[in-house]
Amino acid sequence: MTFRDIVPIIAVIALLAFVPVFVTANTVLNFLVFTLIIALTAQGWNILGGFGGQFSFGHAAFFGTGAYAAALLQVRLGINPWIAFAIGAMAGAAVGWMIGYLSFRSGLRGSYFALVTLAFAEVLRILANAATFTGGAAGVLIKLHVRPENFQFESRSAFFWIALALVGAVLVLTRWIERSRFGAQLVAVRENEAAAKALGVDTLRVKLGAITLSGAVTAAAGCLYAQYFLYVDANIAYGTWISVEAILAPIIGGLGTVFGPLVGAVALHGLGEVTKLAAGSVPGIDLMVFGVLLVVAVGFAPDGILGLLRRLRRSAQLSGAPRHA
Amino acid sequence: MLEVQNATKRFGGLVAVNQASLKAAIGSITGLIGPNGAGKTTLFTLISGFESLTEGRVLFQGQDISHDETHIRARRGIARTFQIVQPFAGLSVIENIAVGAYLHHAKRSDAMARAEEVGRRVGLGPELDKSASSLTVAGRKRLELARALATEPKLLLLDEVLAGLNPSEIRDIIPVIRAIRDEGVSILMIEHVMQAVMNLCEQVYVLAHGRIIAEGPPAEVCDDATVIEAYLGTGAAERLKREKVHA
Repeated sequence: MTFRDIVPIIAVIALLAFVPVFVTANTVLNFLVFTLIIALTAQGWNILGGFGGQFSFGHAAFFGTGAYAAALLQVRLGINPWIAFAIGAMAGAAVGWMIGYLSFRSGLRGSYFALVTLAFAEVLRILANAATFTGGAAGVLIKLHVRPENFQFESRSAFFWIALALVGAVLVLTRWIERSRFGAQLVAVRENEAAAKALGVDTLRVKLGAITLSGAVTAAAGCLYAQYFLYVDANIAYGTWISVEAILAPIIGGLGTVFGPLVGAVALHGLGEVTKLAAGSVPGIDLMVFGVLLVVAVGFAPDGILGLLRRLRRSAQLSGAPRHA
Repeated sequence: MLEVQNATKRFGGLVAVNQASLKAAIGSITGLIGPNGAGKTTLFTLISGFESLTEGRVLFQGQDISHDETHIRARRGIARTFQIVQPFAGLSVIENIAVGAYLHHAKRSDAMARAEEVGRRVGLGPELDKSASSLTVAGRKRLELARALATEPKLLLLDEVLAGLNPSEIRDIIPVIRAIRDEGVSILMIEHVMQAVMNLCEQVYVLAHGRIIAEGPPAEVCDDATVIEAYLGTGAAERLKREKVHA
C-alpha cells in the first residue's frame, strides 16, 4: 500500500470532518453519528462478506458483544470506558474467531454459514436477555458522567469526530486488505475456494483472519453505540436489526469495495430520514423504503451504488470519445 | 520426484483408484492416460491432497506427504490445474495469476510482476487486464496453466489442459509445456490428445478401472494388447492384429 492509495480516504474523511462546523443542530448530528456507527458495523461485515464472500446473517453477535462489553465492564467492574472500548473490540475479535473456527472448521459455507451465524446471534440475544449479570430484559444503563476521560462529551461533534476517525481507520484497513496478499487470498476464497487451495492458499486461516477482523470492527461499532446512547439491552445489542443493517449497507453501496459500506449507510439512512420527514409519522415507512431499495439494488445495480457510478462513467467515456470510422 | 505407492481410494462401495503405483522422475514429462471414468482425476486429487487416501501413500522428494493438506503440498511445490477450469471469474486475468504468485512473493509489486511474466509466457499477454470470465476456452486453459506456474512448482499436475482446444491451439501450447519442463519443472499430465502424449511424454501410465494396467514409453504402451482392450473392449486387440495382417 502506498500513500497514493489512501489519498481518496484522507480527502473524504477531511471533508466530512468539517460537517459539524456548519451543522450544529443536535438532531442532524444525532443522525450523522448513528449513520457512522452503522457504517462502521457494515465495514466490519464487508471484510468477511464483501471480500471473503462469507455471508453472515448474525453480525449482531459481534455488535452486541462489543456493546455489552463496553457497558458491563464499566458499570459492573468500574473499568475506564476507553479501556472497556478496547477490550470490547477484542472480545468481538475473539467471538469472531470462535464462530469462525466452529463453522469453517466443519466446512460450512453459503446459506449454512449464514444460518449458523444467525443462530449464534440469537443464542447470545436470549442469553443476554435472561442472565442477571447483563441486567436481563431491563438492560444496562451507563451512568451519565460527562467527562472526556469517561468517553462522554458535552458536544455531539466530539462523538461525531471519534466515530469518523474510526470509520477512517477502517477505510485504511480495508484499502490495505485490498492491496495485500491477505486480501488477494481472501478474494480468491470468495471466487473459488477449491482453486484457491490448489494455489497454496490456507483457506481456513484466511477465513479465520477475515472473521476475526470483521468481528473486531463490528464490535467497535457496538462499543460506540453503547457509549453514545448510554444504554444497552438484548434486543438492541443482539437484535436482528443490526445484522440486517450490516448486510444492507455494503450491498447497496458496493460489496467488497473500500467505500461501499460508508456510501451505502449514508444513502440508506439519508433516504430513510427524508422519507420519515416526508411521510410524517407512518411507522416503519423507512423500513419499507429499505426493502424497495434492496430490490432495486439487487435487480439493477448488483455492484451497488459504486458499481453503478463506475458503469455510468465508463459509458459516458465511451459515448464521449471521438469515433474513428 | 513423485512416487505414488499402492494408492487406493474408496467412495463407499466404489473403488475409484485401486492399488495404483506410479513414479514421475525429476525433469520428465510423465503421461497418465486411460478410458473415461478410469480414475485419473481421482488419482490427481489424491496427489494434490483434495481427497485423502484410503490406503497407500504419496511420496514427494522422498518425503511422505500423504497427510499434508492441499495448501501445504502446494507450498512444497505441487501445483495442479483443473480439468473443468476454475477461474476466479470476478477478477482480471493478471489478478488470477497473482493469487498463485503470492504463494512465494508476499509483496504486491513482486507478485504482480511475477504474474505478468508468467502470463506473457503462456501467451496471455494481450489479455492480462481483461476479466477472466471474458476468456475463450483456450484462454481459460492457459490461465489454469499460468496460475499453477505462478506458484513456482517443482511438479506440475496437468489435468487435460488440451481438451476442448482445436488442433492449431494444441500446436501452439505443446511448445509451452515443453519449455516449462526444460526449465526444470517435472510434469505429470492426464491427456486424451494422443498427438500430445506421443510428442511430449517420456513415460506413460495407463489407468483402467482404477488400476495401472500398463506403463512404458508411449509408442510401446499404445501397442499393448491390454491397453487396446481397455479402450476398445475385449477381443479388440486380436481383431486389430488380424486386420493388419489382411491389409
